Amino acid sequence: MIIGIPKETLEGERLVAATPKTVVQLKKLGYDVAVESGAGHAASFSDEVYVAAGAYIVNADRAWGADVVATVDPPTDRQIDALKPGALLVSRLAPHSHTELIGTLAHHQVTALALDAVPRISRAQSLDVLSTMSNVAGYRAVIEAAEEFGGMFTGQVTAAGKTPPARVFVIGGGVAGLSAIGAAASLGAEVRAFDVRPEAAEQIESLGATFVRAPQAQQQRSSTGYASALSDEQQQATLALYTQEASQADIVITTALVRGVAVPTITKEAVAAMKPGSVIVDVAATGGGNCALTVPGRSIVTDNDVTIIGYTDLAGRMPQHTSQLFGTNVVNLMKLITPKGDGVPTLDLDDPVQRGMTVSRGGDILWPPPAVAVSAAPVASASNTASAAVKAPDPAVKAREEAERKAAATRRNGVLTVVAGTVLAVALAFTNHAFLLTFSIFVLAIVVGYYVVSNVSHSLHTPLMSQTNAISGIILVGSLLQIGSDNTLVTVLAVLSAAIASINVFGGFLVTYRMLGMFRKDA
Amino acid sequence: MTMTLGTISQDAYLIAAVLFILSLAGLSKQETARRGNILGMVGMALAIVATVVLALRDSVRPVAVTALLIALVFIVGASVGIWRAKSVEMTQMPELIAMLHSFVGIAAVLIGYNSFITEPHADAAHLTEIYIGVLIGAVTFTGSIIAYLKLAAKIGSKPLMIPGRNVINAVVLVAMLAMIGWFVPTRSVWALAVMTVLALLLGLHLVAAIGGGDMPVVISMLNSYSGWAAAAAGFMLNNNLLIITGSLVGSSGAILSYLMCKAMNRKFLAVILGGFGDEKHAQAAKVEGEYHEVTVDDVAQELEAAHSVIIAPGYGMAVAKAQYPVATLVERLRAKGVEVRFAVHPVAGRLPGHMNVLLAEAKVPYDIVLEMDEINPDFPDTDVVLVIGANDTVNPSAAEDPNSPIAGMPVLEVWKAKTVVVLKRSMATGYAGVQNPLFYRDNTQMLFGDAKASVDKVLEAMH
Repeated sequence: MIIGIPKETLEGERLVAATPKTVVQLKKLGYDVAVESGAGHAASFSDEVYVAAGAYIVNADRAWGADVVATVDPPTDRQIDALKPGALLVSRLAPHSHTELIGTLAHHQVTALALDAVPRISRAQSLDVLSTMSNVAGYRAVIEAAEEFGGMFTGQVTAAGKTPPARVFVIGGGVAGLSAIGAAASLGAEVRAFDVRPEAAEQIESLGATFVRAPQAQQQRSSTGYASALSDEQQQATLALYTQEASQADIVITTALVRGVAVPTITKEAVAAMKPGSVIVDVAATGGGNCALTVPGRSIVTDNDVTIIGYTDLAGRMPQHTSQLFGTNVVNLMKLITPKGDGVPTLDLDDPVQRGMTVSRGGDILWPPPAVAVSAAPVASASNTASAAVKAPDPAVKAREEAERKAAATRRNGVLTVVAGTVLAVALAFTNHAFLLTFSIFVLAIVVGYYVVSNVSHSLHTPLMSQTNAISGIILVGSLLQIGSDNTLVTVLAVLSAAIASINVFGGFLVTYRMLGMFRKDA
Repeated sequence: MTMTLGTISQDAYLIAAVLFILSLAGLSKQETARRGNILGMVGMALAIVATVVLALRDSVRPVAVTALLIALVFIVGASVGIWRAKSVEMTQMPELIAMLHSFVGIAAVLIGYNSFITEPHADAAHLTEIYIGVLIGAVTFTGSIIAYLKLAAKIGSKPLMIPGRNVINAVVLVAMLAMIGWFVPTRSVWALAVMTVLALLLGLHLVAAIGGGDMPVVISMLNSYSGWAAAAAGFMLNNNLLIITGSLVGSSGAILSYLMCKAMNRKFLAVILGGFGDEKHAQAAKVEGEYHEVTVDDVAQELEAAHSVIIAPGYGMAVAKAQYPVATLVERLRAKGVEVRFAVHPVAGRLPGHMNVLLAEAKVPYDIVLEMDEINPDFPDTDVVLVIGANDTVNPSAAEDPNSPIAGMPVLEVWKAKTVVVLKRSMATGYAGVQNPLFYRDNTQMLFGDAKASVDKVLEAMH
């Protein structure tokens, strides 16, 4: 079957639903790919490279008339008319808010899969364009901020004096927020971040940012039914925190979107309190904007010289890579619905992922999907939790017991060491002087050996063993001295043991040499 | 004071001992390892030359004969040693090392007997030294032979389970120590001989009772024993160089054993007493569920689409000799800009550091081969983890199921990655006999088949 890739028609859209690389992957699944002439132009993919990848170039009508049509933006009514009945449409459809579009699609007998309605389960992550777009948008937000900001991100120490690192405050620890944190941190900025979900702290800190701790602003599980009252307090606490952090930041990146709708984070007053020259990037501008002064789609400068960037096409500003990632999402979807790899899509509505994305099929509206049932969990997890619950009484009690056990073991070991030491010392006192001397060498050598070998890196343990093998061949010295004996038996035994030990010497050193020669550093 | 041959040779011994210490110190880092190796060789050459001079000076029989015999010794040693060192395959390193341990053991026994024969008027202390030296040497000898046979797969690697084996070991050990009371006063060669036989049997039985997966500990332990055997020979012969060197090797092996035990979260004594894998695991959570099989093409695509990949190799990679295609895979992926690293568990393979040597042999740069502690935090940011022939070292129940037999063992946390691809022959359990819930996770894909063949196919499927 043919997959059509039309040129996007939404104003300012630079993305394309397939790149030359993903064309190759789609062809591997058994599909032919028809790309509308100029579809990849804005993303720097010329028609020629598509052809080289195995696609053919068609006009708009033929692209929209394909068996499967993949697009970035939802189709216009005119474009839906161009779809043939029974066609499969793969696109961002925003089914939460565009119910009338779904009706039109169903009316036209189109089977439509919404790339932005992928169920949030780990298996489906590879086809979730929301996460793809958020990721790119978070990164781009930092780049936009860097352009507007009149300073450097990383602190500098130069002959002409030093400059401090830029201070970046990121609101929201979702995909976009984390991506922004990562980008800002890698540019050298001092990044602080906040999320109302306390569990986001770990992820935020793993990317090198400081998680702003504010217990009164964080969500808590309420057991007393105070939820709404608390929520008001929380709301105020968070806003106060944002104002406080924003006033100290050079750059604020705010990413608070709840199901496509932006929640207020930066108030007018907060903007007024910010330093002149600072920058706000409102990644949530698509949902109306987190900042009270954001103008979606535009960048404005306030009276106190704060730049507020409200671009709604952050991901589209890097069309090459975003298209590649988007196209891979499409490929992963096609992979899922083409299990045989024969170029024929077969939709399996029993699969919660496919069911969740399907908004219409054969004239029927299938939106909203049933809630994703928790997939039949393996028995293991149930019994695991059960046994863990039984087995783990109180962590504090457990920790105390553990500590007591350890203390007891330490005491026992200490007593044993002292006893053994005393016995040994008494025993040694009865031996002769020469033996005592030899024995001290023995003990000192053990201590030296302990410190020397403790430093050996794990990757060199095998060479260490073969080297010690070679060195313990030194026992040869003992045998050599016995060879000259007048007793034939002694000589024979000595020659035998010396020969065997010398195998160790030669073999051990050489094999170590050979091994060490193999280790090479990445050039 | 005049300079005599004796003092010159003592000087040489001192320098050799220092060189040996520097040699082991050099092995601590990749950058200095080569130099460490050479320093060891120089030290050994110095010690041998000094000893040969002494041996010729003190020779009772004609010097020419002694010289000839010494030449013979080195011809045999050099030809066999060089031949083995050149021809051994890196996958066979554990066997070679076990074999070399046994050599030190037998040499110590022979030296002990010689010392007994040549010094008929030895005092009690000296006789005790001989006795202990022979004992350690004999245990090392047969223990290493059994370890060699197990590692070379000439005998099964299953633990030998004689009923009451620990009692037998204890009785034998006590009997041997008690026999000092017979040997020292009487100087009976029979006491020495009986003890030697018992020690040989003890070494045999000790290692036979330990299973294949515990081999890293056993080898390190035997390494340690071979050192103590050399040190004991030093006491017998009153030779400080032997004592120093033996102690160095002895503590080196002891540290390695300790590290291996820590990596398996097992008590050293429990490993030595053997028989692991036979305990009752009824308590551990049962693992059931479906596993997801995956095709070679999918794996190839996932790898190509990945941003970062970590490969966790295990003994299975060594068995299948898959390190070469794996190295090619790594090269290809890196050429495509994929970040590829290796995660090596301390007890992966049958020898401490075995995986590192195999990967080095296949020309994988050592700076992308990381230790468990270095790489564990990176798994959550990793797109694809390839588990090649590893099982227990990547088992999440070690971290999550307090009733698992391997609970508390530090493991590679591969399951935190986005996707885990497990290359495995079948769904059989690993050495510890523990089910691995990793295989049933949603983000785990199973690629069944011989590791080498699978990797070859993945390479073909990539373009």
